[in-house]
Amino acid sequence: MIKKVFKWIFLILVLLFIYAPILLLVIYSFNETDMIGQWGDFSFEHYLYLFESEKLMKTVGQTILLAAIVATLSTVLGTCGAIGIFYSKPKSSALLSGVSQIPVINAEIVTALSLAVLVSAVGFLNKNSYVPLVCGLMVLCTPFVVLSVIPKLKQMDNNLYEAALDLGASPTQALFKVVLPQIMPGILSGFMLSITLTLDDYVITAYTKPTSFDTISTYLYSLNKGGATARIKAAFWAVTAIIFLIIVIVVIVMNVMDRKKKVSQ
Amino acid sequence: MKLRFSRKQLCIPYAVFLICFVIIPMLIIVYYAFTTPVYDSLGNVTGLHFSFRNFLDLFQKNTDGEYVRLANIGRSILIALATTTVCLLIAYPVAYILAKTGIKKNYILLLLFIMPMWINFVLRINALKELLNLIGILKKNNFWNYFNTVLGMTYDFLPFMIMPIYTTLIKIDNSYLEAARDLGASPQRAFLQVTLPLSYPGIVSGITMVFLPSMTNYVVSTMLTDGKVSIVGSLIEQNFLNGQWNTGSMLALILLIVMFVSTWLTGGFKKDDAAVARGGTL
Repeated sequence: MIKKVFKWIFLILVLLFIYAPILLLVIYSFNETDMIGQWGDFSFEHYLYLFESEKLMKTVGQTILLAAIVATLSTVLGTCGAIGIFYSKPKSSALLSGVSQIPVINAEIVTALSLAVLVSAVGFLNKNSYVPLVCGLMVLCTPFVVLSVIPKLKQMDNNLYEAALDLGASPTQALFKVVLPQIMPGILSGFMLSITLTLDDYVITAYTKPTSFDTISTYLYSLNKGGATARIKAAFWAVTAIIFLIIVIVVIVMNVMDRKKKVSQ
Repeated sequence: MKLRFSRKQLCIPYAVFLICFVIIPMLIIVYYAFTTPVYDSLGNVTGLHFSFRNFLDLFQKNTDGEYVRLANIGRSILIALATTTVCLLIAYPVAYILAKTGIKKNYILLLLFIMPMWINFVLRINALKELLNLIGILKKNNFWNYFNTVLGMTYDFLPFMIMPIYTTLIKIDNSYLEAARDLGASPQRAFLQVTLPLSYPGIVSGITMVFLPSMTNYVVSTMLTDGKVSIVGSLIEQNFLNGQWNTGSMLALILLIVMFVSTWLTGGFKKDDAAVARGGTL
């Protein structure tokens, strides 16, 4: 009994550590004050400011658009790569997955600096073209797509592909109608992973982005360095609260859907 | 045979991509690390020549006679060691409790622990900063600066440690434990000699996922200490901002070597765990 209580106290303390900062911002986002620690009246002022500020809304929009583009490209490239790696000869397969592992375990700043160095060394790569930014984030995301897809390929019954071919499907048809549906869960989780990785990234974005372009991360970090107005900082409390709310909703929806699927099975 | 060939070909775009954006950039890092720029009389860079200066610069003293750069690397390693230890000490019990007690509710409980990871980390560290400010320990003195850096890193990387350990623990066949107990082992001994060794792969993955990032994630230390605590990442950022590619490349090369050596020492951790650590399998 005492052991059980102890376990729960421990879990709750860790959860408190994880959620206290976020909840603090969520609470203050509904307060008219610009300073945490000072208590004012309940208000939506920070939300209004956020939605009316052109710069902030543009930054949020750009961040989401960038994540969608990078995740889509990474998912296509990574899925092809995973299928290719899986069916290659052992030697080339090992080499490719070995190289593909480097960005995963490398310190992000090394990846970022190596890309910045590439841009400085290769004359025609221009940061303002967004190519370094998108490719840089793809370096971060694509290996994770590969890592998510390969286990699904391993689980797949290889005879299905052969059977499709025997029944007259072309390799392309077999790929799209047999292989892809089987590995879809892996592709989807790779896509979601790419979205979260891109939304979360600071370092690679900062090292490869055009000077005038900002994501939520780079904008907030630059505010921290310079003297930002309290209002903009407070608007970020609202951003935090909204993102937190979205994540909670997504997690709940996914859980409910998961349970329904299990029940119907 | 012709049919198989068409599937193999799918990896060509990815291979080209990896060569262009992973291999070549790393080779340039190595090249830059062992060269220094040559300037003409106007101060423009006209070329690069081979030298060990970037390496020797690491051992340079400042005007006060301190080895600034060496101290910085040492400090980063200490911060990373502290963060990894704290993460492990918190994450192992959490993962253990979640994996061993009850069955159904745990999935949601686990989600509770890793959900914050999906909030942008700059926003999260910003939130932590406000909380520390409220408590009154933000930028108070040197001790609290170091404390807050390790706290911030732990806050950021804790899920990376929880996830791989949880997935290894949950896969351990319970009959091993029952066998140990049947053969007369005490619960403590059964844990130390059965569960713990079987969960080593998860621990190794967790350490790999936490150590290097906490050595280099300068965003955390800069935001929480206003740059008072400088780590390797901060040095590289300075070099990047000043366009000192060669000095920055040497530091990056050292981090690359640390990465390869640690992967080699741990016998290459289970790659899938990297995706697991980021919540990829949920």
